[in-house]
Amino acid sequence: MQSISELMQVVDWSRAQFAMTAIYHWIFVPLTLGLGFIVAIMETFYYKTGDAFWKRTTKFWMRLFGINFAIGVATGIILEFEFGTNWSNYSYFVGDIFGAPLAIEGIMAFFLESTFIAVMFFGWNKVSKGFHLTATWLTAIGANLSALWILVANGWMQYPVGMQFNPETARNEMVSFFDVLFSPVAMNKFFHTVSSGYVLAAVFVVGVSAWFLLRRRENQMALRSIKIASVFGMASILLCVFTGDGSGVWVSRTQPMKLAAMEAHYDGSEGAPLVAVGILKPEAERTSNEDAFYFKIEIPKLLSIMSAHDVDAYVAGINDLVYGNPERGILSASEKMERGRVAIDELARYREAMENGDSETMQAIARKFDPQTDEGKEFLSEYFAYFGYGYLQSPEDIVPNVPLTFYAFRVMVGIGCLFILLFAVVLWTGYRKSLERTRWLQYVMLWAIPFAYIASMAGWVVAEVGRQPWTIQDLLPTVAAVSRIDATSVMVTFFIFALLFTALLIAEIKIMTKQISIGPKNE
Amino acid sequence: MQITYIFLQQYWWFIISLLGALLVFLLFVQGGQGMLREIGRSDVERNMLVNSLGRKWEFTFTTLVTFGGAFFASFPLFYSTSFGGAFYVWMLILLVFVIQAVAYEFRRKPDNFLGEKTYDAFLMVNGVAGPLLLGIAVGTFFTGANFAVDRINITAVGGHTAISQWTTPWRGLEAVADWRNVALGLSVLFLSRVLACQYFMNNIDDDTIFGRSRRRMGLYSVLFLVCFLPFLAALFLSDGVAADPSGVMYYEPYKYWHNLVQMPVVAVVMAAGVLAVLTGMITGYFRSSRKAIWWSGIGTVLTVLSLLLLAGWNGTAYYPSNADLQSSLTIYNSSSSEFTLQVMSIVSLLIPFVVAYIWYAWRSINRKRITRREIENDGEHQY
Repeated sequence: MQSISELMQVVDWSRAQFAMTAIYHWIFVPLTLGLGFIVAIMETFYYKTGDAFWKRTTKFWMRLFGINFAIGVATGIILEFEFGTNWSNYSYFVGDIFGAPLAIEGIMAFFLESTFIAVMFFGWNKVSKGFHLTATWLTAIGANLSALWILVANGWMQYPVGMQFNPETARNEMVSFFDVLFSPVAMNKFFHTVSSGYVLAAVFVVGVSAWFLLRRRENQMALRSIKIASVFGMASILLCVFTGDGSGVWVSRTQPMKLAAMEAHYDGSEGAPLVAVGILKPEAERTSNEDAFYFKIEIPKLLSIMSAHDVDAYVAGINDLVYGNPERGILSASEKMERGRVAIDELARYREAMENGDSETMQAIARKFDPQTDEGKEFLSEYFAYFGYGYLQSPEDIVPNVPLTFYAFRVMVGIGCLFILLFAVVLWTGYRKSLERTRWLQYVMLWAIPFAYIASMAGWVVAEVGRQPWTIQDLLPTVAAVSRIDATSVMVTFFIFALLFTALLIAEIKIMTKQISIGPKNE
Repeated sequence: MQITYIFLQQYWWFIISLLGALLVFLLFVQGGQGMLREIGRSDVERNMLVNSLGRKWEFTFTTLVTFGGAFFASFPLFYSTSFGGAFYVWMLILLVFVIQAVAYEFRRKPDNFLGEKTYDAFLMVNGVAGPLLLGIAVGTFFTGANFAVDRINITAVGGHTAISQWTTPWRGLEAVADWRNVALGLSVLFLSRVLACQYFMNNIDDDTIFGRSRRRMGLYSVLFLVCFLPFLAALFLSDGVAADPSGVMYYEPYKYWHNLVQMPVVAVVMAAGVLAVLTGMITGYFRSSRKAIWWSGIGTVLTVLSLLLLAGWNGTAYYPSNADLQSSLTIYNSSSSEFTLQVMSIVSLLIPFVVAYIWYAWRSINRKRITRREIENDGEHQY
């Protein structure tokens, strides 16, 4: 029997492994999501005008797309299978709901991508111009459809809907596919994530083009690429801001602890201010809003506006959520833990009755899990809703890593705001036809590229670190989701993949920079 | 016809079997990668092989991913039990596919950090280990694995809550101790090479490569038969795990043979498949037919499909547990809920459409065969 400390090691290494693979995967995916469309737009110009310039330009960016795509595929396969290898209980407990989007992703999206990417790269002299253009668009659409299904799955983990617990199978089962698919959290997440990918791709194209301008090479290609990318980027970042605002509202409703951690908001209040900039004190010293920061600059009421679109809205703090706040009707975590254990015990009693063939007890318990009965409604909302809390060891377990979530959120938003400014300046300078002469701006454009990656990664840190300890919000913490395996095995595979992915990342960066410096090829 | 839960479970086992069958056919990509140095003796020849395979590798990869996703969605208990249990085997399989995914695109790009030889080695490792490991893993669908499933574990607050447990420290690697798994692994490996040879004969317009591929195909056909026929014989002679209507598992002597006899349609499909594979081998070798890949390809799909149907249909446990008989997985005790299977079945109606566009795109790219001239001229996108 594994001890608790051994179990926690498995959980930590499995989390590390999943985080590592997800981070490596996400280095490549956003560029694929956006660059696919930018390339398709360029090829559309080629199709319409027949101008060889556009073909040459399209093929240049397409080459970079291909290099990036390959490594995105390589890092993606691991993630799918890691749900099984490292999180086997998770796979069983919610596989009935979570598996479907993954399968649909394979059937609908991956084949679209992989079929038409072959036409895109090898079909220039083999298929008609129209078919080739269609293939390019379908590749981009396929990539974005993949994102849709996996983000639906992720959205569902953050806000589980459209399902019902079945004590007979001891798992959650889907009852409404459309509730899962069109869950507001999933939709917001999808648009926010893909639009952030478009922004990253736009910054990439603008930055690489700026490099050509700085070198005084390929000026025409650079200028026209900047034009397309900056319009695309500006539209995307506005969508990103809009959906980000939506995310704020939904997080406050469905994951109040994530919001509190994002803001290092310890004591709930009405008309809560938002800390625009701040430096947090060490964990042991942070107990309230007053002693959480060494230094902070606040914007009055903004947190309330962000979370509820209401200047006076109440925003719960970390302390309210951990220790409870009866005035606001917030249960303490320890109360939720007790209720969660009641739900788990009922399940255990059901399983025992099943073993003993005690159908009377089984029926009595089944009624509690049945949302059609009054008894069921009460049990589900008062006890089963806190099922996952039953696995926790202490109330403080529900608090995620506050500094990481807090700073990551500020990095994401801060860089995002700077990008709005960047695109505006680039568009304006482009409109004035002075991009070629404005050297400082060319440097800014070039050096914006790494910031796009940092902002994009920070966004996922907020989303995923901020929801700890849950794999499925309130229902299954990581400690109950992990496979029964020894920590050494996970650790060994962690290092093998870390080493491999790092080598591949270095290879990709070297190949990419080399291909950029080679530039577009003449036919 | 009323669509019942049982029908949906059988339908999804059929889809899984079909995806598995298509995957084995598409492993010709791996087969070809494994023979890069046997058939390609110069850089140009190797590049011709790599570029011929390179236009197809993503189909194999995507089919593998979809196979995994569909298995997860339709039989989640298998996903959690096997992947979480046979940890080392699946991690090894993943590793050899990760290195494949970048190798094509990166191998001949300047400044590629690891060098062309390393990426070609990645392709070869994937080409040998991919089919071998997948074959061994699928062997356990018949020979069983060492696991126990108990759903009550999820209520063990404060302890380990995993409902599925592996009972050996080898984490799936113990499968090589059963010669039948190894025989199936080798069969898949050699078959992938037979198919690759036939694919090169079809897709590359070059006499030297054609001749070498034909001869190699002869060799690997013999090796395939030497491994596969004993496996098949052993399968029909061995016990299988069957489930009675109430779900209680028991050993049934000659279970797979009984399945073949009791499901004549499956038997016919298997016979047709085996015949077609043999026809491809014979016409390819003796008549130098370029069409051999079609015979053997279709034959492979039919044979693997029928084998997997034997594993899961007719009340058979498709994942027998050697550690705890009653934990064995059948399509009935391991499937998703009826509603999820319904939703997925509606989505599966897209499959013919997907196959159609793949076919169309495949044909449009393959219309022109690969030639030395094309590979020597650097104008097009190349691997």
